Amino acid sequence: MFKDITLGQYYQTDSLLHRLDPRVKIVGTLVYIISLFVVNSFIGYLVCALFLIAMIALSNVPVGYIVRGMRAILILLLITMSFNLFLTPGEEIFRFAFLRITREGLSFAVKMAIRLSLLVIGSSLMTLTTTPNQLTDAIESLLNPLKRVRVPVHEIAMMMSIALRFIPILMEETDKIMKAQIARGADFESRNLIKKIKSLVPLLVPLFISAFRRANDLAMAMEARCYRGGIGRTKMKPLVYHGRDHGAYFLLLAYFALCIVLRLVRLPFLV
Amino acid sequence: MIKISKLIHDYIQRDEEGNPSGTIRAINDVSLDVRPGQFIAILGHNGSGKSTLAKHLNALLFPTEGTVRVDGLDTKDESLIWDIRQTAGMVFQNPDNQIIGQVVEEDVGFGPENMGVPTEKIWQRVEESLKTVGMYKYRKKSPNRLSGGQKQRVSIAGVIAMHPKCIVMDEPTAMLDPSGRADVIKAAIKLNREDGITIILITHYMEEAIQADHVFVMDDGRIAMQGSPREVFSRVEEMKELHLDVPQVTLLGHLLRKEGLDIPEGILTREELARALVRLKK
Repeated sequence: MFKDITLGQYYQTDSLLHRLDPRVKIVGTLVYIISLFVVNSFIGYLVCALFLIAMIALSNVPVGYIVRGMRAILILLLITMSFNLFLTPGEEIFRFAFLRITREGLSFAVKMAIRLSLLVIGSSLMTLTTTPNQLTDAIESLLNPLKRVRVPVHEIAMMMSIALRFIPILMEETDKIMKAQIARGADFESRNLIKKIKSLVPLLVPLFISAFRRANDLAMAMEARCYRGGIGRTKMKPLVYHGRDHGAYFLLLAYFALCIVLRLVRLPFLV
Repeated sequence: MIKISKLIHDYIQRDEEGNPSGTIRAINDVSLDVRPGQFIAILGHNGSGKSTLAKHLNALLFPTEGTVRVDGLDTKDESLIWDIRQTAGMVFQNPDNQIIGQVVEEDVGFGPENMGVPTEKIWQRVEESLKTVGMYKYRKKSPNRLSGGQKQRVSIAGVIAMHPKCIVMDEPTAMLDPSGRADVIKAAIKLNREDGITIILITHYMEEAIQADHVFVMDDGRIAMQGSPREVFSRVEEMKELHLDVPQVTLLGHLLRKEGLDIPEGILTREELARALVRLKK
């Protein structure tokens, strides 16, 4: 059952967004997140939302699939909203016992909710359309300038991709160890929290030992295949920008410029 | 191809505080010669030193005494280490712990990437090697979805893609089911016969050693016996003393001979035994 797990919930289909260079998508997501904090009017959020809707349409990922991912942050969203709603000082418009709602609080809470939802949907759209592999490649390539200040960029990317490769293997192993311990009378079903934590010890110890052994084996296998870090290494799948990627960068720039304009020019008839 | 002379390897034992407390001699005065294109099998029970020996051939371990030369390159010379690893590829026991890529083709490309092969050439090599081991149609799959035998063939492809002259296989079939085992051995034999790659197969399955040109039997860090499979397996009693079995047909032939039937020693296949029995009837 663990064999099908995919990290970052990649949604496999073919679309313009899927084919886009992963670097564009990472930069795009960052720009989008920044833009959400640049705009501060409802017309601004409307522009951000429209941009996102257009991207979702381009991605061929079913809307239901994306909305389902939102459930995870619902509680977080409600908490932030109520904090903003009740704790912002200003012109009072409603009062019940010790709770009071202000006009500023209301507008703040709604804006924050829109911001957070767009942020989460925007970034999950990136992971939905990019494989973990492409992501690590892109991160390696984007962080490349940091090599000059001796950041081990290649090594970090390699560690990320090995971690991703071993997640399903270690999951399967956990499953196996759990079954073995259950066969010897271990109790993983207990509802008592302390018992539950205690029951993890016989699971985690063998898991860690096996993980270290695997790491040792893997290191040897990598050395045997001439791995010696990033120096002198070529790429089987090098990242190359195509026409569409340049187009996407241009679009991104235009979008960001629009957001800045919306922030600077205060339209009198809008909040 | 490979020339080992008077190799000694000591492991340092450490006590609980990590101070060296003694040494274990894993390999004790081993000398052997492998010619290019040979198919060699190294047999031995657990702890006989066969895996340690294998790691010397790939410069993963260095001699305590003696020399190991791979294609003329001395493993003691650190500047040659990458040439040696490229010349002698290595396949390990656990397929899961030697596959690095998340997609089959990426894993096969890992070796050539490390060697700095240009991109187009990498793709060419990946295609060739996957076709050689019969895994080309799985090239886009995740290794996690393959069976053990398939994973091990991917590992072999990963080594072939580096264009080695010699492949050392350290118990590649120990964790596989019988059909996966047969596939891996078939792939190894094919590489040896068709591409002329020297194969050194370390195993404790006697049946796998039958195909070899030459067999070395290791015990307690030494080479206890050597010769053609027929020569080695006809010495059933000696093998038993080393806690090793001989193939089942060989054993059956041996027992029948002991009972007084006129059957030659060192029978390796069922067909041979059948022929011997038929001849007896006439």
